[in-house]
Amino acid sequence: MNNIVFLPILIPLIVGVVLLFFAKNLKVQRVISGITMFTLLGLSLYLAHIVYYGGTHTLELGNWPAPFGIVLVADNFAALMVSLTSIVGIVCLFYGFLTLSEVRQKGYFFPFYLFLITGVNGAFLTGDIFNLFVFFEVMLISSYILIVHGGTKYQLRESIKYVIINVFASALFIVGVAYIYAITGTLNMADISVKVAELEQRGVLNVVAILFLLVFGMKGALFPLYFWLPKSYYGPPAAIAALFGGLLTKVGIYAIIRTFTLIFYHEPGFTHTVIMFIAAATMFFGVLGAVSQFDFKRILSFHIISQVGYMIMGLAIFSPLAIAGAIYHIAHNIFVKSALFLYAGATQQVTGTTDLKKMGGLLKTHPFLGWTFFVSAMAMAGIPPLSGFFSKFALVLSGIQEEQYWIVFVALFVGILTLFSMMKIFIYAFWGEQKLSNEEAKERKIGKVVVSILPLVALAVIMGLAAEPVFVYLLDIAEEILEPSNYINSVLKE
Amino acid sequence: MEILMILVIGVIFTVATYLILTKSLLRVVIGLIMYGHGAHLLFITLAGLKQGAPPLLGEEAVAYADPLPQAVVLTAIVIGFGVTAFLLVIAYRTYKVHQTDDLDQLRGSADE
Repeated sequence: MNNIVFLPILIPLIVGVVLLFFAKNLKVQRVISGITMFTLLGLSLYLAHIVYYGGTHTLELGNWPAPFGIVLVADNFAALMVSLTSIVGIVCLFYGFLTLSEVRQKGYFFPFYLFLITGVNGAFLTGDIFNLFVFFEVMLISSYILIVHGGTKYQLRESIKYVIINVFASALFIVGVAYIYAITGTLNMADISVKVAELEQRGVLNVVAILFLLVFGMKGALFPLYFWLPKSYYGPPAAIAALFGGLLTKVGIYAIIRTFTLIFYHEPGFTHTVIMFIAAATMFFGVLGAVSQFDFKRILSFHIISQVGYMIMGLAIFSPLAIAGAIYHIAHNIFVKSALFLYAGATQQVTGTTDLKKMGGLLKTHPFLGWTFFVSAMAMAGIPPLSGFFSKFALVLSGIQEEQYWIVFVALFVGILTLFSMMKIFIYAFWGEQKLSNEEAKERKIGKVVVSILPLVALAVIMGLAAEPVFVYLLDIAEEILEPSNYINSVLKE
Repeated sequence: MEILMILVIGVIFTVATYLILTKSLLRVVIGLIMYGHGAHLLFITLAGLKQGAPPLLGEEAVAYADPLPQAVVLTAIVIGFGVTAFLLVIAYRTYKVHQTDDLDQLRGSADE
């Protein structure tokens, strides 16, 4: 009875197809997609629970034994990511109910939203590298549609670049899979890991490792390949931008962590040094971009890049504490980054702009919006006792333990600049002279919208206050994924 | 045979890279299509070209061909087909809305 592993992929897919037939009936769409997301949340939390207490669950599709058929693997890391996906999916969906225009909601928004969730969950759960490619494509095709959804002039211009870069990356992904198949003769990730261990990861296998880093780095917005992100995430409405900013880059990061802990872990002297340099450059240039901007959404888009750097830094340091810190940072970032994007959307609704210089004095007219934004901005910047502090603490501590002092320095410096740009948003948008007249401010009430964001902020606070038990859980995950034989044994059943 | 195919794939990748680097949107799209096809050919070739009989019961041959690359590439082609269709539609819409297919003019200014 392992079919539960398949349900997080199957349910949104089937419901999405059903919803295609009710495209014009808004009420049906909303009710069904809402119920589906809550079902998914319950299911994924249950999955995470049974995986934590009962060990890794696998499902061999069509009953073909492991190295020959496609397997789905739910280990702790994958189950955690699926749960995070459902949480952020629910919040963005309800925010979408409240803010998206009726035209947009009727334009097949909900089916593609669910297909996106299908692709993301599939990418987390699959144990087959070609299947990973397929689920990446499911996710990407839905994301192409959602990112141009509405079809404004700006969206079309920037989305075409997003589509082009991702189609190119997908072609490279096939090339990478072709190389790995030519070398090992298998596509099952556990089996590849066994074969790579026998071949001792030399020469051409390092080339393949870097090729995969390049492919996933394009989706995850790593250092030389992040140029497409800030502009393309600026276009779509806040509900979609929040889901993308919170979730999509993390799928790339998940794939990097998975491949470099399961398959290409034999030569950390080479691959993980490369990753460390990329991590430092990603953090540093991302945050510099954010500092130079004066637009709410653009600052946040650049911050996605710098935060991705922290996650990769955890992988590069490669100790259990560092990996736990990286996973903590992924979870923290999914909550907080999505929340901040949603706040950007709410602020835009009030002021009609995302330009910080045209805002001001929102704290007087909308204190609820202002103070809850403040909490999530401080969580992002890493002020204790909020969640951002503990991920950086774990990363910095493990960096010092492993004697990688320079990356610790970069991380702390980037932390200061992050705080600076979060304060910049707060000062310009919420302090200062009131730009709206009192009547205007009274008319533009967004209490409901802000309430829909609150679960994410609450989770960021809880993660910070309950850092101790969370880290116990994450250290278990980190030790599990740092020992590839766990994954291999549960898939190949040797 | 494999060497020849690898050379052909090299030429395809070269042409595709050249097309992707041009300014015209349609050429970029064609370049991406070629890039995808090059990757598919690479997969088939690297897995080894026809090495034996079809892997069916009752063939009773000495060697059988590996069916997996064909299945994989078929899937990839189908996905590529869908993506290409979408790519053409979005390129056309962009051209219609912006009245240009010159990527230099689609850059967007820095301060909007």
